[in-house]
Amino acid sequence: MAMEAAELERLIREAFPTATIEINDLAGDGDHYAASIIAEEFRGKNRVQQHQMVYAALKGKMGGELHALALQTSAPAQD
Amino acid sequence: MTAAAGSPAIEQIKQTVQENDVVLFMKGTKNFPQCGFSSRVAQILNFMEVEFADVNVLEDDALRQGVKDFTQWPTIPQLYVKGEFVGGCDIITEMTLNGELDQVLEEKAVSFNKAAVEKIREQNA
Repeated sequence: MAMEAAELERLIREAFPTATIEINDLAGDGDHYAASIIAEEFRGKNRVQQHQMVYAALKGKMGGELHALALQTSAPAQD
Repeated sequence: MTAAAGSPAIEQIKQTVQENDVVLFMKGTKNFPQCGFSSRVAQILNFMEVEFADVNVLEDDALRQGVKDFTQWPTIPQLYVKGEFVGGCDIITEMTLNGELDQVLEEKAVSFNKAAVEKIREQNA
């Protein structure tokens, strides 16, 4: 039960089309990833809400196919 | 199978988070955690001398699924302070290191050992 990094990125990209997404595989087993996501959609949301948005994008795969996902989320810095 | 709102599991969760100032839904117990992520949050709370109710979701599958539906948060552990979901392992770790957890506990009048959490920050600086 694992997930390819590309599949993870595709799911996140679908929900956050203009986001900057960086994924790294922490354990090389397709089960433990870290993802940092900078997306306009996060603006004004607190950290828990931002992470809930990402989990919603993963359509229930989080906690099942994907055991651990360390998330770093933020809105783009305002220039 | 998602627990419908108002199901026994959801009612039990609502009651637990209302009756206890601090609740940690975790795998295992505060003294015998059975998952690294749960263990880390339990250790932080123990070290900070925060009084908390530990709920072992491994003992009840309906509860284990119910708590994920209750917050739309797919993983365990889950920390609640005064009935409010604060976060999972990563968020609590980050909040401990940047002082946000102290703030939440102070705002909600939950006692903890300030010197202890400062020691955690020193060791992780």
